[in-house]
This record gives sequence, structure tokens and C-alpha cells, in this order.
Amino acid sequence: MSDTVSKAGSDVRGSEAPRVVESKHEGHSWTGEAPLFIYAVWYLAFLYIPVLFLPLFSFNDSIYVAFPLKGFTLQWYADMLENPALLRALENSVKVGAAVAIASTILGIFAAKAMTRYRLPGKGPLTSFIMLPLVVPGIILGIALLVISNTVGVDLSLYTIAMAHTLVAVPFAMLVLMSRLEGFDKSLEEASLDLGENAFQTFLRVTLPLAWPGILASTLLTFTISFDEFILAFFLAGNEVTLPIYIWSQLRFPNRLPMVLSLGACILVASFFIVTFSEVIRRRGVGTQSGSAI
Amino acid sequence: MSDQTQAAGTYSQAEEQTTFGFKLRALFLKHEWLRGYLLLSPTLLVMICLMCVPLFMLVAYSFWTQNYLDIDKTFTLANYEAYFQKPIYAALMFKSIRMSLYCTFATLLLAYPMAYFIAFKVTKNKLIWLILITVPFWTSYLLRVFAWKVILGFNGVINSGLISLGIINEPLEFLLYNPTAVVLTLAHAWAAFAILPIYVSLEKIDRSLLEAATDLGDTPKERFWRVTWPLSLPGVIAAGLLVFIPTVGDYVTPKLVGGTTGIMIGNIVQSQFGKANNWPMGAALSVISMLMITILVVTFIAATNRARAKN
Repeated sequence: MSDTVSKAGSDVRGSEAPRVVESKHEGHSWTGEAPLFIYAVWYLAFLYIPVLFLPLFSFNDSIYVAFPLKGFTLQWYADMLENPALLRALENSVKVGAAVAIASTILGIFAAKAMTRYRLPGKGPLTSFIMLPLVVPGIILGIALLVISNTVGVDLSLYTIAMAHTLVAVPFAMLVLMSRLEGFDKSLEEASLDLGENAFQTFLRVTLPLAWPGILASTLLTFTISFDEFILAFFLAGNEVTLPIYIWSQLRFPNRLPMVLSLGACILVASFFIVTFSEVIRRRGVGTQSGSAI
Repeated sequence: MSDQTQAAGTYSQAEEQTTFGFKLRALFLKHEWLRGYLLLSPTLLVMICLMCVPLFMLVAYSFWTQNYLDIDKTFTLANYEAYFQKPIYAALMFKSIRMSLYCTFATLLLAYPMAYFIAFKVTKNKLIWLILITVPFWTSYLLRVFAWKVILGFNGVINSGLISLGIINEPLEFLLYNPTAVVLTLAHAWAAFAILPIYVSLEKIDRSLLEAATDLGDTPKERFWRVTWPLSLPGVIAAGLLVFIPTVGDYVTPKLVGGTTGIMIGNIVQSQFGKANNWPMGAALSVISMLMITILVVTFIAATNRARAKN
């Protein structure tokens, strides 16, 4: 495997140095790349294996999460489906997620279009400003929004959660859409304007169709962000809770642990597929070199 | 007579409005940046309403006091005085910052070779590698932290696994509920955040610079430290900030895997808004945390800029 990687390396990218070095001391590519490849595999194992214990033990026929495994069961999944509080939380999470996905993607399109298509004075600071929710610790945003809801007299509900999630989802939506808009030729829009379409029609008939992979990716990602978000929801939830809050509330009860595991496994699998799908749509055509850092 | 003037008045007003509308339209057509800002305004408005206003309110709260169930809105520095009078707060603050620094350092150290591998060594299926490291980042933070509780627990995966293999007889107690467990869990949870900025900065490096270094006689090691590493520093710094800033305020990880010795400032802030029910004190603590983080970050960036200007 490392051989094919190194071979491909010198074939495809002639500019990389090993060619020169290889002639100097034989086998550089082998000593230089095999360890890195092995490290990369270990790193992926470190990323994935801890999380994979959740699905593994969700099929284990014991309320204790411990080796040796006892036997295979689907009992915990069956329990899950018969739990009205859980289903209710799931419904809430889907509602909030859908609202957040739509709102943040629309705001993201506006911002991305303005950032990529107009010469704006102060573009740098403005971009940083919109990115701020990514670096402000979640707990601070959470309590700040809790404090303002309390002052203004807004009752905590699914709406307050959705607003908070929109705030943290907008930067991601904007990043995804900016890299998409940068990826296609601006002159296509200009041609449409020159041929007599107005700005709105141009947006509808040229920009949207070309940007749809970005829009779809943004919708899916922002949905996932909201669906998995815990810290903001923790401070802003009223009587109705979302799925992560429900999980948190169940962690106190040791005998509910297996059900939490099976629920967690379902969420992980769903997130995994949604995100992989959206990443594939998003990165295809944009290229790996663009500034789509996140 | 009065009717007439009134009619004339409304007419001229209407005319003024259309000319005003016309002027406004002309202004927007003339200035590209105005149209840009118009397009950006809904997003900015949302950010201001949902981020700036609440943060200002939080700062205001920190100068008020909790009066049983009400908030006493007279200006006072009592909360800040309490911070300096009770050493526990400052101690926890420094402990949180120290733990975050360890975590950031560990994350960067682990992430750099991986980012380097993807940027320089992977040529086929780069997309798959990128997706593989990005996907865990999008999956539930709570579940990723929870997984570590399951693994490190007293009767958890590691202990029960080692016992059933006959390697140990008693569960190892030092695995869970300590600062090391918190640092390990945080490093795992924020891994993807660190790889991507480093990867982007490595990917941007002009390959001909590396060729030039080799041609001029640098060994691979020299080439790395003299060309690759300095050019990737902006990505490393960005990654460091992206991990450091949010982890200082984390309370989920310490609560799940930190035990009593692993608590951080975030847990205290959270309890002020929960059990302790002293919102102004919680607000003051978070304002102080934000200030500390900002001072640290600004000093660090200024220092690196000066160091770079010197070289």
C-alpha cells in the first residue's frame, strides 16, 4: 500500500522532492512514507475506535458496558421505539434541525453571494465577525442568550434553541457556499445580466442551479450541527427537549445506559451518512485545494 | 383654499418620495458596495441580534446582583470583588487554562503528521482521506465524550477488557475522573478541528520552494525545518486557537470524565446558572474568562508576529 502511495506520489506530482533524493540514497521513499502511512492509520483508529464502542455494546445482552460480551440482542433498540419521551425528543430535534437548516442556509447564501461577488470595503473584518460564533466558547453564547431571553421576556422553547443553533450554523453555511460560489465562473452571471435578465432572475436561473450542490451540502451540514448540538440547547431548552438533552438527562440512570447506547449508535450512523453524503457533494467539483478549510 | 394647499402638499410630498426613491435606487446602482451590504444585511442583523446584544447584556449582568429571586440592577463591582476574594475561582481559572493548553498542544502534535501526510503523501483518493478525518468532527460532541466515559470507566471497556484477558485483577482507578482523562477526551473531541487548518496551510505551500531547497543541498530534515515548518505556522496557530479558545470554557467533558479533581471554570459558570442560581456571578465569571482568553490570544499573536518580523 505504501508502495503504491509513494509511486503515485512521484508519478502524479513531479514537483515533490523525493525524485531527486531517491537517486541520492536508495529507498528514501520507503523510510520516509511508510511510517507516516502507518501513523495515519493509527490516527484514524484513534478517531474512530472510541466512538465505535457505542454501537458494539448496543447489541450486547447486558446492562453493564463491560467485556466479555454476553450475547447478541436487539432488546435495547426495541425499548427505544417504545419510549414516548425519546420519540418526542427526536421529533423536536428534527423540527429544530429543519428550521435551522433552512434559516442558516438562506442567510448563508446572502452572505456568501455578497462576499464573493461584490467588492466590499471591510470584507476581512466582516468575514471574521460572521465567523465569531465558531470561536466564542459555546457556554458563553449559551448563557448570553439565556440572559437576553430572560431580560426581553422570551420564554425558553424550541424556538430559542433554533435561534441559537442558527447563530452557530450560519458561519458553516457561509463557508460551504462561498467555496461553491468561488468554484464557478462569475462571467456566467454577468452574461445573464447582459442578456437582459434582472438580478433576481439571474439569481434564480443561473446562480441557484450552479450552486445547488453547495446549498444541499449546507442544508445537510447545518441540520446535523443542530441535531447534534448540546451546549446551547442545554441552556436554552424549556419544557420541550431535543435529543442530546434527553440523552444527558438519561445518563444519571445506570439501567438506561444500554438504551442510550443504542440511541447513540443510531445518531452516529445517521450523522455519518448525512455528513459523508454532503461532504462528497460539496468537495466534488470544488477541488481539494480551495480554501474550504472546514 | 386650504384644500388646495393640502392637495398641493400631498402632491409635492409624493413627488419628493418618488424622487427620494429614485435617488436611493440611483445610489444603490452607482455604488457596488452598497448593494453588497444590502445583501449582507440580513445575516449581519441576525448576528448582531443573536450575538452582540446578548453578549452586551451578559456584561451588564455581571455588574448586577442576585437578590433571591430578583435581579438587583444597581451597578456594583461586588461580583468581581468576589472573584478576587475567593482564591478558588482564580485557581480554577488557571487550572482550566493549563488543561486547555495541554490539550491544544497534544492535539496539534497528533494532528500535524496527519495533515502533513494528507497534504504531501496522499495523491490518490485525497478526497476520501479528507472526508474520513472530517466526519467524526460533525458527529455528536456529547456522544464522543460519552464514549470515553464508557471506555475509561471503573467497569468500562479498558478495565473489563484487561480483567477478562487476565492482565489485571482489580480495575484501574486512575483511568477516569482526573484531569488527564479530561485532556485525553478533549484532544480526541477536537482532533478534526486541528487537522484542517494545518492541512490547508501545507497544501498552499508552493512545491517549487521545496524543490529549490533540495536542489540547494538541504536534506529532507533541513528542508522541513527551514521551509515547510515556517510556511505552515499560520495554519498551526489558527488550529491552536480553534482548539484552545472553546476548550477553556468546556463543561461537558469535565462533568462526564473529570470527577472532582477534573472540574474546570465552565462547570462553575454552569452551576451559577443552575443549582447555585446566581446569574450575575456566573456572568462575571464568564466575562473574566473571556478577558483572560482574549489577553492570552492577543499576546500570543503579537509575540508570534514580532518573532516573524525579526526573522
